[in-house]
Amino acid sequence: MPGPLDRNRIPMRYSIFSLAAQTLKGHRGWKPAWRDAAPKPAYDVLVIGGGGHGLATAYYLASQHGITNVAVIEKGYIGSGNVGRNTTIIRSNYLLPGNTPFYELSLKLWEGLEQDINYNAMVSQRGVLNLFHSDAQRDAFARRGNAMRLAGVDADLLDREQVRAMVPFLNYADGRFPIQGGLLQKRGGSVRHDAVAWGYARAADRRGVDIIQNCEVTGLSIDNGRITGVETTRGPIRAGKVALAVAGNSSRLAAMAGMRLPIESHVLQAFVSEGLKPLIDTVVTYGAGHFYISQSDKGGLVFGGDIDGYNSYAQRGNLPVIEDVMESAMALWPGLGRVRMLRHWGGIMDMSMDGSPIIDHTPVEGLYLNAGWCYGGFKATPASGFCFAHLIARDAPHEVATAYRLDRFATGYVIDEKGAGAQPNLH
Amino acid sequence: MRIACPHCGPRDVQEFSYLGDAKPQRPDGMDATEAAMADYVHQRDNPAGSHRELWYHGAGCHAWLVVTRDTRTHAIAAVETMAQARAGAPA
Ligand SMILES: Cc1cc2nc3c(=O)[nH]c(=O)nc-3n(C[C@H](O)[C@H](O)[C@H](O)COP(=O)(O)OP(=O)(O)OC[C@H]3O[C@@H](n4cnc5c(N)ncnc54)[C@H](O)[C@@H]3O)c2cc1C
Ligand SMILES: [Zn+2]
Repeated sequence: MPGPLDRNRIPMRYSIFSLAAQTLKGHRGWKPAWRDAAPKPAYDVLVIGGGGHGLATAYYLASQHGITNVAVIEKGYIGSGNVGRNTTIIRSNYLLPGNTPFYELSLKLWEGLEQDINYNAMVSQRGVLNLFHSDAQRDAFARRGNAMRLAGVDADLLDREQVRAMVPFLNYADGRFPIQGGLLQKRGGSVRHDAVAWGYARAADRRGVDIIQNCEVTGLSIDNGRITGVETTRGPIRAGKVALAVAGNSSRLAAMAGMRLPIESHVLQAFVSEGLKPLIDTVVTYGAGHFYISQSDKGGLVFGGDIDGYNSYAQRGNLPVIEDVMESAMALWPGLGRVRMLRHWGGIMDMSMDGSPIIDHTPVEGLYLNAGWCYGGFKATPASGFCFAHLIARDAPHEVATAYRLDRFATGYVIDEKGAGAQPNLH
Repeated sequence: MRIACPHCGPRDVQEFSYLGDAKPQRPDGMDATEAAMADYVHQRDNPAGSHRELWYHGAGCHAWLVVTRDTRTHAIAAVETMAQARAGAPA
């Protein structure tokens, strides 16, 4: 439901009629989807970071809480960070009670997102199939599936023949780690990632939010333990509340407030093949190595693997991981050997010490933190924005995000899905 | 990325395992406060720039090395053995 608005500057609503009208005009009448705003001297809330999480936060502040004197500050252009670099997988197949309801809320929000923001984000619930290759792994996946079902999330345990019926082209003949079955979440799938950034930006802009690009935050202004604003490359901006949603750069922003975080920044790479006819209509993850694959609507196979495993802010990785991903690809799906790689890239992940995120207050009054998304924060985008907006507006955590506390590392209430301990490159 | 191991010479990064920041020092056993121990286990500087970090040459000499590397470019400025690192002065 739109809030109070200046009717003159509402961009057009997208519909079959606007599309037909534009078709007749040769598509020359489309207006920019959001204003390129210049910073005002002060806002009620400043959201730092124009990624998916920052833009969603601004949108839900306006749409759920009526807080519209808001700016999103982005150092580059929106979508230039991880929101435009990820492999677009969404799912809610988590094991631990701290995570499951949060990711399920996110999936529910994805299911209604396009109607809510009037933007085609190409949400495609094509299923996510996690393969298992040993008895022990089947037991672990059955346990996770049961935990999901207890929490009201869909999960199906498939045997080898059911997997073969779904994805017959995998290697069932002579794999070193034979496919024994898989855990399927039918409601999982993929979403066009840059449309998520653009759609939230447009929807936030419609409700009065300023989206300020090419504006880097260089300092946080703190007076007597309370945030008063930020320093930027386009001058100081005052604010009642400041919300950090800068993903891989979280430690750098926190350092501006004298804080250290339980986070390391690591590079994760992604790969796309040449465009092909429809080959695979679901998302498959290999359980015996680090590899997962799906196909974009444009035809490219989109796949990835593990993080490179050392601290990095470089947004590019090294060859060993590329080799590892290709080896896993060949082990799982030998036919891929005939496919040519088109491009690959990297993004900087905010790897937390337990592999789970943080949505919380900070010790600085009026400064809020949204971080620690690791390699799985794209699927979290709607719920992250929804819960962060709730925290900022009400100064209390949303009920599905109560476990995402910053102090859980000191109190021992970590949420470690893999049980890997405080070693970010193992999560 | 290639790491110039003081024992083995320049070797592909694939031969090494990464542990993390070399700075945190384990607080002394029973005397440590809970806060100091939590800080040691979880909190990191995570700088964008020069970073001193621990690598293990598992496919080579089995030595732990202290590597000084720029996290923005991956350029390696120094590789020291633990003995050199403990003695101070980066090589
Ligand atoms: C290769 C790859 C594959 C991935 N695959 C998946 C997947 O399949 N499924 C999934 O769920 N997740 C995936 N992820 C993770 C997911 O993309 C991230 O967790 C998520 O996008 C992070 O949130 P964000 O969109 O807000 O981040 P970002 O888009 O990175 O937004 C943060 C923004 O903050 C800005 N910023 C930083 N510092 C400043 C400053 N000082 N001032 C102003 N602005 C600043 C940055 O420019 C950036 O635009 C993947 C990530 C990568 C890199
Ligand atoms: Zn060596």
